[in-house]
Amino acid sequence: MKRVYPDKEYCIGCHLCELACMTAHSKSQDLIVAYREERGKDGLSSCKKVFEKGHTCVAISCRHCDEPSCVAACISGGLHKDPETGHTLYDREKCVGCWSCLMACPYGAIRRHPTEGKIVKCDLCAEREGGPACVAACPNAALKYEER
Amino acid sequence: MAIMKYVIIGNGIASIGAIEGIRKVDTENEILVIGAEDSPAYGRPLISYLLAGKIGPERLALRPQEFYEKSNVSTKLGTTVEAIDTKAKTISTDKGETIEFENLLIATGGIPFTPPIPGAEGSDVYNFTNLAHAQTLISKAKEIKRAVVIGGGLIGLKAGESLFDRGVDVTILELSPRILSLAFDENAAALAGGRLAEVGLNVRCGVTAKEIQRDSDGNLKGVHLTDGDFLQTEVVVIAIGVVPNYSLAKDSGISVDRGIKVDDHMKTSADGVFAAGDVAQAKDLLFGDDRVIPIWTNAYNQGFCAGKNMAGTDIEFTGSLAMNSISFYGLPTISVGTVNPPEGDDSFEIATSLDEKKKSYRKLVFQNDHLVGYVLVGDIDMAGMYTAFVKFQMAVPEDAKKQMMAGEPDVLMWPDDFFKDTWNPGHVEQD
Ligand SMILES: Cc1cc2nc3c(=O)[nH]c(=O)nc-3n(C[C@H](O)[C@H](O)[C@H](O)COP(=O)(O)OP(=O)(O)OC[C@H]3O[C@@H](n4cnc5c(N)ncnc54)[C@H](O)[C@@H]3O)c2cc1C
Ligand code: SF4
Ligand code: SF4
Repeated sequence: MKRVYPDKEYCIGCHLCELACMTAHSKSQDLIVAYREERGKDGLSSCKKVFEKGHTCVAISCRHCDEPSCVAACISGGLHKDPETGHTLYDREKCVGCWSCLMACPYGAIRRHPTEGKIVKCDLCAEREGGPACVAACPNAALKYEER
Repeated sequence: MAIMKYVIIGNGIASIGAIEGIRKVDTENEILVIGAEDSPAYGRPLISYLLAGKIGPERLALRPQEFYEKSNVSTKLGTTVEAIDTKAKTISTDKGETIEFENLLIATGGIPFTPPIPGAEGSDVYNFTNLAHAQTLISKAKEIKRAVVIGGGLIGLKAGESLFDRGVDVTILELSPRILSLAFDENAAALAGGRLAEVGLNVRCGVTAKEIQRDSDGNLKGVHLTDGDFLQTEVVVIAIGVVPNYSLAKDSGISVDRGIKVDDHMKTSADGVFAAGDVAQAKDLLFGDDRVIPIWTNAYNQGFCAGKNMAGTDIEFTGSLAMNSISFYGLPTISVGTVNPPEGDDSFEIATSLDEKKKSYRKLVFQNDHLVGYVLVGDIDMAGMYTAFVKFQMAVPEDAKKQMMAGEPDVLMWPDDFFKDTWNPGHVEQD
C-alpha cells in the first residue's frame, strides 16, 4: 500500500503540512476560515505534527502500521484495519474517548480532539482526490506518498 | 463434523486478536469460535460506559457481523466448552457436541476474585465483569439509593463511577492506602481521588468489608468495615479483580501456574493447544519472566501472536506490557510499565513533576538509562512518545533525558537507524 514517508533531510519545519491537513479536514475547505474560525470554534486540528530539534525537523502522522498497536488497544472497535486497503481506519461513532490508543501508539500519531471526547488521526485523506493534502502542500518534497 | 483447523474457546478480545492473527497467514481455513456468553464479542471495558448510560447496547460490538462472514469465522455462542481431550484432540460442549480440532486456543479470560466475606452469600451482592452483570445493575440502580463497592482498582472504580452516574450514592472501599495501587503512586492517586471526591463519590482507603449484614429474612442491610464503621446499603459490588479462568485447562491436564503456562509462541504444554489473554501467564516485556497481566492490549496481542503460530508461522511473543488509561470525570491518567520500583533499589532513577493546582503530574522511571515506566495525570498528550521508549527499550542519553523530564519527548530523540527504519524505510539517500 501507499504510505506517507517523512524525510528529515528535506523537512524545513515550515508547518505547511499541518495547515494543509487542517484545511483538508475542515468544513469550509478554506485555509483562512479553517485556521481562524473552525480551529477555535470546532476544535479543528491537524493530524500531522512537526518536531524540531536544532536544525533538524520532521513531520509525522499515523504510519498505518501493518500490525497497529492502536487497534490492539482499542476497547470499542473504533479502530480497525481495512484488510483490503491496509488503512488503519477510525470510526468516530464507536469511539468512547478512552485514550487507550493514544497511550499505546508508540509513534505519537494520535491526539485528543480539543473539545470532544474523540481522537484525531490521519486518514490518508481517503476522500480527497489526489491523495494526502500534506504531501501536496510540502514545498520541499519532504513528504512522499508512495509504495515501498 | 469434519476436523476443524482452528477452534477458539472464548469470544473476547484475545479471540478477536487470534482471528486477525490467523487471517494474516491463512485466509482460507474456517475458524470456529465457541463462547459461553450469548452475545457478539463486545468491548468488556464498555460495560461501565453502558452502566453509566454513556452508550447504548448498539455500540457494544467490537466488530461488525460482516467481519465474521468475510473472515470465514463461524460462531457457537451461548455454548460452554466442558472438557478438552488433549490426546484425542477434541473438545466437548454443554450442548453435547464433540468437536475435533487441529489447533485450539484457550481464551477463556478471567473470573471475578471473591474473597470470603461473611454474609456475601445471598441476594444483592454482585460482581461487575460482564454484560449480564451490567444489565442487572442497570435495573437495580433504578430501585436503590446506596451502593458499596469493594475494591478500588480499575474494575471497582469503574463500577463505582457508573453507579454514581446513575444517581446512586456510592462508597468505594480500598484496602490499600491508595486507589489503583498497582498503576498509581501516592501523587497520582491523590489527584484522581481528589477528583472523585469533588464530584461526590466517596472513596475510603485503608479499610475493607469485614462482614455483610443481613436481617433475619436474609435481606442486605449494610457492611461492617474493618475500622469498626457500618455503612447502610442496598447493594454490594465485589470488584477486587479477576483471576485466570483456567479450570477447564487444568482439568484436562494442561500445565497451569498462576495462569495457563505458555511458551514464547503462546503454546501450552499440550500439543496444538495455545492460550492467550487474561487466562494466560505469558512473557513480560520488561521483566522477562512469565506473568498474568489481565489487560486489554495484552489479550489482543497474545491472541494475535497465538493465531499466527496456530496458522503455521514461527513468531515469538514480544512480551506483555502493563498499561492503563483511565479518566476520572474529565481528568485523564495514563500509566505504563514499572511505576513503583522496589524501594532502596539504586538502579532506578525517578523524575517527577507535580502541579496540584493544574491537576497535572508526570512521573518518569528510568533504569540503567532506559525509560521503564511512567505516569501522566492531566496532560497526557505525549504519552505515546514515552511509550515508544519503554516498548522499544531504546537507550536514553543524558540530553534526551532532560528533554523527557521537561515533558517533551519526540521522535528526533530516537537512534538514527531506528528512526530511518521506522519512518523512512527503503529510502536511499541521494547526493
Ligand atoms: C469493567 C471492566 C473494565 C475494564 N477496563 C479495562 C481498561 O480500561 N483497559 C484494559 O486494558 N483492560 C480493562 N479491563 C480488562 C479487560 O477487559 C480484559 O483484560 C480483557 O477483556 C481480557 O480479554 P480475554 O479475551 O482474555 O477474556 P474475556 O474478555 O474475559 O473473554 C473470555 C470469554 O470466554 C468465555 N468463556 C470462558 N470459559 C468458557 C468456556 N468454557 N467455554 C466457552 N466460553 C468460555 C467467557 O464467557 C468470556 O466471554 C476491564 C475489565 C472490566 C471487567
Ligand atoms: S495510530 Fe499509531 S499504531 Fe495506529 S496505525 Fe497509526 S502509527 Fe500505527
Ligand atoms: S479513544 Fe476511541 S479510538 Fe482510541 S482506543 Fe479509545 S475508543 Fe478506541
